[in-house]
Amino acid sequence: MENNFYISQGPHQFTNTSVQKMMKDVIIALAPAIFASIYFFRIRAVILFAVSIVSCMAFEAIFQLFMKRKITILDGSAVVTGMLLAMIMPPSLPIWTCIVGSLVAIGLAKQLFGGLGANIFNPALLGRAFLMAAFPTYMTRWNMPFTLDAVTGATPLGLVKFTQNLNINYQELFIGRVSGSLGETSALALIIGGIYLLIKKTIDWCIPLAYIATVFVISSVTNMIAPDTYAGAVFHVLAGGLLIGAIFMATDPVTSPVTKTGRWVFGIGCGLITMIIRLWGGLPEGVMYSILLMNAVTPLLNRLTRPRRYGT
Amino acid sequence: MPEKYRFLTGYMKTFKGGVSLPEHKDLTVDKKIRPIPPPFEMILPLGQHTGAPNKPLVNPGDSVKVGQCIGKAEAFISAPLHSPVSGTVKAIKDIFNPIYGKKPAIIIENNGKDTPVSFIKREDPESLPKEELIAIIKDAGLVGLGGAAFPTHVKMNIPKGKTIDTLIVNGAECEPYLTCDHRLMVERTGEILKGVYLVASILNAKNIFLAIEENKLSAIFAMEKATVQMKKEFHGKQIQIIVLKTKYPQGGEKQLIKAVLKREVPPGKLPLDVGVVVQNAGTCFAIYEAVYKGKPLIERCVTFTGKCLREPGNFTVKIGTPLKDVVGHCGGFTETPAKIIAGGPIMGIAQYSLDIPIIKGITGIVFISKKDLEIYEELPCIRCGKCVDICPVNLMPTDIGRMVKYSRWHYLDELHPSDCMECGACAYICPSRVPLVQYIKLAKIKESERK
Ligand code: SF4
Ligand code: SF4
Repeated sequence: MENNFYISQGPHQFTNTSVQKMMKDVIIALAPAIFASIYFFRIRAVILFAVSIVSCMAFEAIFQLFMKRKITILDGSAVVTGMLLAMIMPPSLPIWTCIVGSLVAIGLAKQLFGGLGANIFNPALLGRAFLMAAFPTYMTRWNMPFTLDAVTGATPLGLVKFTQNLNINYQELFIGRVSGSLGETSALALIIGGIYLLIKKTIDWCIPLAYIATVFVISSVTNMIAPDTYAGAVFHVLAGGLLIGAIFMATDPVTSPVTKTGRWVFGIGCGLITMIIRLWGGLPEGVMYSILLMNAVTPLLNRLTRPRRYGT
Repeated sequence: MPEKYRFLTGYMKTFKGGVSLPEHKDLTVDKKIRPIPPPFEMILPLGQHTGAPNKPLVNPGDSVKVGQCIGKAEAFISAPLHSPVSGTVKAIKDIFNPIYGKKPAIIIENNGKDTPVSFIKREDPESLPKEELIAIIKDAGLVGLGGAAFPTHVKMNIPKGKTIDTLIVNGAECEPYLTCDHRLMVERTGEILKGVYLVASILNAKNIFLAIEENKLSAIFAMEKATVQMKKEFHGKQIQIIVLKTKYPQGGEKQLIKAVLKREVPPGKLPLDVGVVVQNAGTCFAIYEAVYKGKPLIERCVTFTGKCLREPGNFTVKIGTPLKDVVGHCGGFTETPAKIIAGGPIMGIAQYSLDIPIIKGITGIVFISKKDLEIYEELPCIRCGKCVDICPVNLMPTDIGRMVKYSRWHYLDELHPSDCMECGACAYICPSRVPLVQYIKLAKIKESERK
């Protein structure tokens, strides 16, 4: 027999999860929320999702070509960024603004930092933060579901914050028939996606749990102290971008800590900052800034929460 | 034992971290141990263990008998080598050793007569002084048969000032595919226990644990029955059977000690520094053979397995049998294997050819078919933290890999790559297939260079 056996270093056997499979799982998990979004916001949602996904993939390819990297648009990560970016856009956003958002997300936040795995900030969130700073009017124009023209329909968080309107219809909020960013309104759809990811072990449960629990505790306490000013815990968990942030953004492996303790701290930090902004800041919503800020301290958290050396 | 009865095993002990693997043990777990007769030509590498290699005691043309010492152990950490057959020494030349690279070996032509040197049988060896027992073990060329091949007598020689309170017999066999220890525990139960008693009396250990993973129920039951029948007590206590959770690397010494005793072996220290000696179950069987029957280590139990073999199984093989001669006894190949692994598929070593001999440290040979061959390209680390979560010795493999990749050597000091026992669990779990073990090996080399 010829000696042509394959030689490699161990291990010779691997898990069957891979980066592609993880991305595929995230895409599957996002599907319910995307369908809900298309149901509520109709053609606007279809257009924005398509534009965002295609432009993210295109920018990924262009930047990789330009920076002489391997073209990896099929690994699914650009698709996920495109989906997430569209999900946190207002339905009435002009198409070109969405393309600018993709450029910032893929170009600035991801490729200039070194591509997949090397970025510090969550690309979709950085894209949105840029648009918030550059085009605030477009980014705060909300429409009610099923309406195609942007009549101003303030988000539930906005209503609570600026008009102290505490008449909350929890059923609508849970289903998602409220105004808000494309993919953030339906708590139900997001929770289904989250459960799928947890079952598949694609995301670690520490961050969503720590994040949501922190928000829950703080909002319960403030609601107890001043029930007329602050909405209750269930409202704060279901409203705005909290669920999409806790399930899909804060759990982005690349930009969250690698240690278990680090992930707990990360989740709690996100919850704290979110609630500080929501309750006392100038904005109705704080999910985006909370996660971006915690992204920034992730390298520090990784150092500070290094596991104890075995046997010492 | 079928999966559905596993709940019967009740409370299981384990360590923190690790991974659960597809076991693939069903291929051979029910296969009785069968002997493979030695072929015409035997290859005996001079140095089949951790430590100093052997000095040949024979010259080409000499005739040898079964059990005759043919390789001398000159250093303390070394073990002598014995001829497994009777016949003539044909040559001493360099061959590829499956674990230690190109090394000299004694080639013996088997005359098929099996003329033995006289083996000294011992009736009641437990009454012998412990120095004599250790000497018997040493002269028999015993090494750890779980894979590390560390000379057994060295482990039994407890340095002055250290006391051993616990002996753990390792029956975890956590690598996928391998079943030789499992079969030994089922078929040679009494012999293993006698070996364990010998080790326990040499060490004068107060507690004796026999730790077996929960996927080896038949071994657990066999051992429990035998310990009850033997009714032997040490310091007023019988051997305790510990059921371990099936998890990799449960059979690693540090993990075993943690699982059974909740003790952690500090960095750079040995189990005996925390009062423990760990012996593999297969080694205990060899100790029994060496002491009771006076038989040196000239054969061992090996699992030959993989989907390419027509009849995979567990076999008693003479040390030095070339692999190609084994394949015939396993019914030959159903298809040409794409990869041959000496040891288990996680820590095992891929082999270039079928000409390698079976040596003392080989627990099994896995033949991987073309379909099951796993070849991946390294992708960028996505910082998922899985490797950090599962590392049984609390390292951050992703960070070590990163620092090595970008040559930031000075950062390595705080990441302690030298604590890594190269179990490969991190590389197994990595979704980006980062070759973490290779990076860590490099980090270790750099670390020692910088010191
Ligand atoms: S770093 Fe070393 S000890 Fe830790 S899992 Fe990887 S190979 Fe095993
Ligand atoms: S498991 Fe792989 S991808 Fe995940 S952090 Fe470790 S090295 Fe990176």
